Amino acid sequence: MPNPELLLASKHSEPMASGHSLCAGCAAGVIVRQVIMSVEDPVVVANATGCLEVCTGVYPVTSWNVSWIHNAFANVAATLSGVESAYRALRKRGEIPAREIKFVAFGGDGGTYDIGLQSLSGVMERGHDLVYVCYDNGAYMNTGVQRSSATPLGANTSTSPAGNLTSGKAELRKDMTAIAEAHGIPYVAQSSPGYYMDLMHKARRAFQTKGPAFLNVLSPCPLGWASEPTDSLVLARLAVDTCMWPLFEIAKGQFSLTYLPLEKKPVVEWLKLQGRFRHLFQSDHQNLIDQIQSGVDQNWQKILERAGSAVPSFAGPADSDRWGY
Amino acid sequence: MTASRRRSKTKNEVRGMSTQSVPQDRADSDRSRKEVVLSGNMAVAHALRQVDPHVFPGYPITPSTKIMEMVASFIANGEMQCELVAVESEHSALSVAVGAAAAGARVASATSSQGLAFMWEMLYIAAGSQLPMVLAVGNRALSAPINGFSDHGEAMGARDSGWLQFHSESVQETYDNIVQAFRIGEDRRVRLPVMVCLDGFVLTHTSENIFLENDEAIRNFVRPYRTEYTLLNPDRPVSYGLGDPPEFYMEHKMRQQAGMERALQVIEEVGAEFGRCFGRHYGLLDPYRMEDAEVAIVILGSEAGRVKNVVDELRASGKKAGVLRIRFVRPFPDEQIVKHLLPLRAVAVMDRSYAPGAVGAPVFQEIRSSLYEYRGGAPHVINRIYGLGGRELRAADVRTIFSELDSLRAGNESVPAIRLVGLRGEPLPNWRDQQAFKMPVGQS
Amino acid sequence: MSSGGFSTEKPDAELPPWQEMLPGSVLDQAGNSVHRKTGFWRGGGRRPLLDLKLCVQCLHCWISCPDACFILSDGKVIGIDYDHCKGCGICSRECPPMVNAIVLIDEGRFR
Repeated sequence: MPNPELLLASKHSEPMASGHSLCAGCAAGVIVRQVIMSVEDPVVVANATGCLEVCTGVYPVTSWNVSWIHNAFANVAATLSGVESAYRALRKRGEIPAREIKFVAFGGDGGTYDIGLQSLSGVMERGHDLVYVCYDNGAYMNTGVQRSSATPLGANTSTSPAGNLTSGKAELRKDMTAIAEAHGIPYVAQSSPGYYMDLMHKARRAFQTKGPAFLNVLSPCPLGWASEPTDSLVLARLAVDTCMWPLFEIAKGQFSLTYLPLEKKPVVEWLKLQGRFRHLFQSDHQNLIDQIQSGVDQNWQKILERAGSAVPSFAGPADSDRWGY
Repeated sequence: MTASRRRSKTKNEVRGMSTQSVPQDRADSDRSRKEVVLSGNMAVAHALRQVDPHVFPGYPITPSTKIMEMVASFIANGEMQCELVAVESEHSALSVAVGAAAAGARVASATSSQGLAFMWEMLYIAAGSQLPMVLAVGNRALSAPINGFSDHGEAMGARDSGWLQFHSESVQETYDNIVQAFRIGEDRRVRLPVMVCLDGFVLTHTSENIFLENDEAIRNFVRPYRTEYTLLNPDRPVSYGLGDPPEFYMEHKMRQQAGMERALQVIEEVGAEFGRCFGRHYGLLDPYRMEDAEVAIVILGSEAGRVKNVVDELRASGKKAGVLRIRFVRPFPDEQIVKHLLPLRAVAVMDRSYAPGAVGAPVFQEIRSSLYEYRGGAPHVINRIYGLGGRELRAADVRTIFSELDSLRAGNESVPAIRLVGLRGEPLPNWRDQQAFKMPVGQS
Repeated sequence: MSSGGFSTEKPDAELPPWQEMLPGSVLDQAGNSVHRKTGFWRGGGRRPLLDLKLCVQCLHCWISCPDACFILSDGKVIGIDYDHCKGCGICSRECPPMVNAIVLIDEGRFR
């Protein structure tokens, strides 16, 4: 028997039709479907320039079964806030039917952490009633895998190459979830499509929240991570089980850890499945691997401290291959 | 600031308006309209209050800040229902505008200079997506060096972004242009965003007696806005901003161009209807004493008033001088301009912007190019670049330009083709002089 | 025509003239990419085979497919849309290991 969550979602019409040109195994497609199918009301989607945008809508063809707007790279949040403002204005004057409509923006990490940060910050501060979903694949994948401020330490990208003198990206990634939280918005969460229950539950809460909600969702990318398409959601879960990408939410300032791995796996298990970290294993880069591990450990420690006694009573399965059944 | 004041009402009524007699159907609005003293910014804000668009995204910038402030205050006091979106940058202001317009809302905003420059990316998107909206631009020079005073640099830079572009001469005309801009841009034959330019400080901050029409009359004139392509009809999803492959891009550009070309007619229709309703008639151009003119100055914006003053002086001393004020830079009314200029002997195009490395400033370039087909009988055309960064244009400067035109008519080829008016120091010796223009390509 | 793979690959005569296109490059159709087949992306690669006799209808495959290729009827998976399946194989990893109703097989066998 399916999970009741999925039974409900299965009654939803398909938000994004087949025939798009996202790479085989791209998690962005999974994220979009899980997020939109979590809500029953009609949605309007705004898309930042990026993989998802170019792969799902090229005139005269679209994969979207919902109204959709793409404006530019840096402004998906502002654009959607315009749509939402228009909705309120038109409803106020009775010029459109009094029908509930939800608003969701999808931006990659480039359009969220980097070029779109100001626009997103403005929207969060102004308190528009919308959901912003960052599908974080950790680099500018649409232009051919260039580093972003979401690229993890040590990752090989075309603008942070691993060479004779370098070992991939030299800097730590930006903590975008914390930045969103610092805006004091009513709902912030970090999630992963590998745990569909977690993502769909958070997406529903985000849509139900009055005001801005921010979801930071890890989005494995076979192209940029140089990983097996088959492994995409395995990687999405391993990131969680290694505590590299903890799952938590902050609802009205209340922090909750939403997933506690039974066994915290070493981060190498996540790294070794990705070609972008291959150089770390080929030459003597144990230092860097240790550094990555200790960064993950420190962050996880902070998360646990923050969760305090409120760690979830359930715990995820130790083997990510056997989760949820 | 003589440029923006209304000159003698007995002679020419208000600047930018024809002197046609007041028609009968104006009587109603006559009774309820008020004559008030307003600055350009205030006039824009009042026009917006009366139109009451659905969404006003705004970001303050000198010299157009007052517009947003007044809209905010009208909303705060229940005089407007509009949603004010106080964004964190002009980039977001226009992004919000695009989103709101795609959702079927009537949208307006205001900006200047660097603000318009920061909107650049979405100027093209708003126009390419054929989303009507009205943007008041209080013209101000672009940095660097940072300046703050009026010129048309930012507007001229945006002239090919696909927006219709009004240039107003007076506060009254600014008010009237804002009202007409909604009708013109939203016309189904056009469907394009409209920029209404008013010179920074000279118009934005200078007060003038204007007729503020009755709220109801303005609302009736602009009509409710409806569009069939809205993001807010879940039963009929639409997509805005799809990628456009090579086999469609040109056709979409042509679709946009068709709106621009049809706008020429719509501007005249709406201007005429405005005249019937409110007694102030508008067209694409504002010719002043051009009927039998032999020399003329072509100009945009508020400084036209000063040139008109000089023309009156010259006419009094028997010189056949005229002024052709252009109200629209986009669409560029080339045929109408040519009709006015062809009978002349010499013309000075006065640009309040410059284009480094180009052959003269933008309006000059377009007018010269429009006249090219008539080169046998076309007048001499020179370019006088004035008022950059708020530099004052004096009546004496205008008189000098007219005497240069006389000298050109008399066959004096030493008159420079392009000159910065009021520049200290000698111009560069070889800077686009008249000889340079006459030299056939390929010879040195 | 070089159009970065976006070309409709139709001759000019079959494409609409500008007058017949909506203003602003608006598209008033939804989900019409279903008419574009992406099944050939599998090339000679892997093809997921679903054994409905083993399937427990947990819907994991359906909710995990980036290409919405699991065909549902009345809340139950009834098959795979091979016209669009790109062969990523995510479904085979998401099918619970003790069920193992989806296996990836070499496409060559179907040639």
